[in-house]
Amino acid sequence: MAKLTIDDLKRIKEETAKSTSVRNGVANIKISVHMGTCGIAAGAREVMNALMEEMAVADRQDIRVVTSGCMGMCSSEPNVTVESTEAEPIVYQKMDANKMRQVFRRHVLLGEIQSDFALGRM
Amino acid sequence: MRELSLHILDIVENGITAGADCIHIDVIVSRAEDFLTIIIRDNGRGIPAEKLKKLTDPFVTTRTTRRVGLGLSLLSAAAERCDGKLKVALGAGGGTEVTATFRYSHIDRAPIGDMASTMATLLMGNPQIDFVYTHVIDGEEFILDTRELKKELEAHCLEDPMVIYRLGEGIRTSLKQLTSNADKPEAREKNHGKTDD
Repeated sequence: MAKLTIDDLKRIKEETAKSTSVRNGVANIKISVHMGTCGIAAGAREVMNALMEEMAVADRQDIRVVTSGCMGMCSSEPNVTVESTEAEPIVYQKMDANKMRQVFRRHVLLGEIQSDFALGRM
Repeated sequence: MRELSLHILDIVENGITAGADCIHIDVIVSRAEDFLTIIIRDNGRGIPAEKLKKLTDPFVTTRTTRRVGLGLSLLSAAAERCDGKLKVALGAGGGTEVTATFRYSHIDRAPIGDMASTMATLLMGNPQIDFVYTHVIDGEEFILDTRELKKELEAHCLEDPMVIYRLGEGIRTSLKQLTSNADKPEAREKNHGKTDD
């Protein structure tokens, strides 16, 4: 029986060598990937994969990633909303893995809104 | 949808929207008996009886923002075109149980696809929810139970993107191993030469 064991996970955790308790801190930035049927069919999972890789590299404790449902603009899926405590929420449209990487590095990390990909302000 | 794993992601998200806090995902493949079954069981608030009957009608939905809902309709269509069917029932302890069956060797059956990504996406977006994922290929079994993981490690461990990312890789490797175990020559003979996707 193949099973991802506790030991495997412990090893992963040691390798990443990071205290996971610091994650209790307040999240200043929230990134929602919209995962309704429409979003998933349009490629939201690939967007999420790219975002996870970027998150793993960036190692920031104040960024939270969540999934949410469809917001009713199925034709512009995959949609991603970036909310922060300092600025208005921005909805990005027609995302793919590369656009997600750009939005993460420029908007989330540096605060530069990528208006080329934006659907609008909420 | 191009992969069955995307259907799974979609149906699980339904369960989360219904307020579930533990979701069981079973993928069972038997090549000797030529079937593939996907079972998704949640402990959410369940589906009202009058809706249950016409569930796969795309114009029936519980949401109020729009009049259409496609998730179950699409899965039902995918199963039916592979000589299978979709069954939605009330779970034993409340909640909903969705079962989709497929004829494994049917030419129209979509590949299972990237289950590791589906699981990583679910873990990443819903750290407060528990998932029990079982994947069986010809009797070879893989299990991922986040309740167990959370008990053994600190509870916050599964909120770390790095851990989730590596966990995803781990799932991918284990599934590959599962497939290759089931693909040993003696097993293949038993399965009439069919290999898994």
